[in-house]
Amino acid sequence: MSNETRFVVDVEDMTVAYHIKPVLWDVDLKVPKGVLMAIVGPNGAGKSTLLKAMLNLIKPISGRVLFNGESYEDQRKHIGYVPQRGSVDWDFPTTVLDVVLMGRYGHIGWIKRSSSKDKELAMIALKKVAMEDFYNRQISQLSGGQQQRVFLARALVQDADIYFMDEPFQGVDAKTEKAVIEILKDLRKHGKTVVVVHHDLQTVKDYFDWVTLINTQLIASGPVDEVFTEDNLRKAYRSTGKILKG
Amino acid sequence: MNIFELLANDYTLRVVSLGSAMLGFVSGIVGSFAVLKKQGLLGDAVSHASLPGIAIMFILIQTKSTEIFMLGALIAGLLATALINVIVKYSRIKMDSAMALILSVFFGFGLVLLTYIQKIPNANQAGLEKFIFGQASTLLRRDIYLILVISILLISLIVIFWKEFKIVTFDADFADSIGISSKKISYILSSMIVLSIIIGLQSVGVILMSALLVAPGVAARQWTNKLSVMVILAGSFGAVSGLVGTLISSSMQKMPTGPSIVLVISLIVFISITMSPNRGILWRYVRQIKHQSDINEDQVLLNLYDLAMNHKNLYHSHDITAIKPMKTQGGKKLKHLKNILGNLQDKGLVKEEQIEAWAITEDGLSYIMKHPMRKEENDVTSN
Repeated sequence: MSNETRFVVDVEDMTVAYHIKPVLWDVDLKVPKGVLMAIVGPNGAGKSTLLKAMLNLIKPISGRVLFNGESYEDQRKHIGYVPQRGSVDWDFPTTVLDVVLMGRYGHIGWIKRSSSKDKELAMIALKKVAMEDFYNRQISQLSGGQQQRVFLARALVQDADIYFMDEPFQGVDAKTEKAVIEILKDLRKHGKTVVVVHHDLQTVKDYFDWVTLINTQLIASGPVDEVFTEDNLRKAYRSTGKILKG
Repeated sequence: MNIFELLANDYTLRVVSLGSAMLGFVSGIVGSFAVLKKQGLLGDAVSHASLPGIAIMFILIQTKSTEIFMLGALIAGLLATALINVIVKYSRIKMDSAMALILSVFFGFGLVLLTYIQKIPNANQAGLEKFIFGQASTLLRRDIYLILVISILLISLIVIFWKEFKIVTFDADFADSIGISSKKISYILSSMIVLSIIIGLQSVGVILMSALLVAPGVAARQWTNKLSVMVILAGSFGAVSGLVGTLISSSMQKMPTGPSIVLVISLIVFISITMSPNRGILWRYVRQIKHQSDINEDQVLLNLYDLAMNHKNLYHSHDITAIKPMKTQGGKKLKHLKNILGNLQDKGLVKEEQIEAWAITEDGLSYIMKHPMRKEENDVTSN
C-alpha cells in the first residue's frame, strides 16, 4: 500500500504515434515523490512527446497516466507545466506580469478576472526568478533567459506539487541556468516532484537525482547513480531500429 | 463637403453608415484574435466559400431574404472550414494549400451558380451579384438590426471569455494543461470569426470581407503592446473605415462599398506600419541611423581618448588624420569624420583647438570612463 503512494506519477503502457511511426512504444514509468527527474534521450526519442502525453496534451494510442492514483483531470490543480520557450509567439501583446498571471487562470474559474491576491502571488513568483523589476515589461523585449524565467514564474504561481518542464535549459544564459536549477532544487526541498526534459548529458549528474532514459522505448529509469551508466547511455543513443530488433 | 451634406439629409444613409461602422467595429475586435492566432487566411477562405451558400439558398427560395442568405453563407462557410480541417488531418496537404484549394473551388462554384441564376427569368435575381463586392446601400433596416444583434452577441462573448481567449491565443498547450480547453475556445473563436464575416457579406462582399477582419488588427498591433488596447483600437479602426468607406461609396455612382472600405482601412494600415512609434518602419529606420551615428561618435571619441592617454598632456589637440576610427580614411570619410567631431563638439565632449586639430574635453573624458568599450590597459586615471 505504501509502495503505491510513494509514486506520484505512474505511466502505464504508453504508446504514442504520429501517423504510422510510433514515437513512444509501450512505456511504463513510475516517478517517486520528491525527486528531481531528468528525461534524457537523443533527438526525436520522444522526450517532449512523453511529457505532453503525461499531461494529456497528446492522445496516446494506448496507455494511461495516474497522478497519486487519480486521473489528470482530478489532479490538475496539483500539476504545474512549463512548455518549451519556443512554442509560443513572444511578440504577443502582453506584459511579463500578465503572462505570470496566466498561471492563476486555472484557479480563478470562468468569467472572473485575476484579483489583487493573484497579482501579489505573481509578483512573489517573479521575485523568486529575479524578474520582479521586469513585471511591466513587454514580453517581446525579453532575452531568451528572461523568457524562460517568466515561464518558470508562471508555473511557480500555479502552486503545484508535481512540475513538468520541457527543456527549461534550452538556449539560456549561464546565469539563468543557475537560477533555474536553484529554483528546481528548492522545489525538491519543499517536497515537490519535478520532471524535466533535458538534453545536456554533462549536467545530469549535478542537477538531478533521478533519471529516465528513453529512445521511443524506455531504456532505464531510476536513481542517477544506478541508471545513468555508460551502458544505458549507449543503448539510448543507438538508433531506434536496432533496439526494436533486440 | 457633399458627403456631410448627404449624411445630414439622408436618413437611409445615416442608418446604413451606422450599420457599416458597427460591422467594422465588431470585425476589428474579433479579427484581432484572428490576427494573433495567425488565422487571417481562414477568414478569407470562409468568406469566399460562402458565395455558393447564398446562391443555393436563392435557387431554393427564389426570393431575396438576408436571413436565409446568411444561413446559406453560414452553412457553406462552416462546410468549407470542416473540409479544410479534414484535408489537413487526413492527407499530407498543408493548411495553406488546403485553404487556397477550398477557397477557389467554393468561390468558383458560387460564380457558376450566379451565372446560372442570372439566366433564370426571375425579377428577384437582380442585385445578387452585389454580394461579390458588397453594397451597403442595399441594407434594409431589418438587416441592420440583425447586424446589431450579432455584434452585441460577439462583443459579449469577447468580454465573457476574455481571459480564455487570451491564454489560448498565447499558449494553447498551457491553457489545456490548466483545464481551459483550447479546442473548445478555438471552436468558439472560429465560429465568431465566421459570424462576423457572414454579417458583413452584404455590405463588404465575399471577396473583400476578410480585409475588414484582418486589417484593423494588423494596424492596431503597431500602436500598442497591450491586448485590450489593441482590440479596442482595432474596433475603432474598423468602425472608421466602415463609416468612411460607406460614405465614399454612396457619394459616387455605382461604387461598391467593399472596395472603398478596403481602401480606407488600407490607408490606416499603411500609416500604422510606417509611422507608428516603436514598431513603425520609419521610426525604426530613424532609430537605427541614430544608433549607428552614436556608435560612430563613440568610436571617434575612444580613439581620441587613446591618443590622449598616450600623450603627456591629456588635453593636447591631435591632428585629424591621427583620429582614425577605421584603418583607411578617404576623402568622403574624412568629411564624415569632421561631421562626427562637429557633433561631439556640440555635445561638449571634444574641442577644436586649432584648425583640423582636436582635443578631448573633461566631459569627454568622464563620458569615456563610463563607456563599456573602453580598453582597460589604457586606464591610467583609475590607478
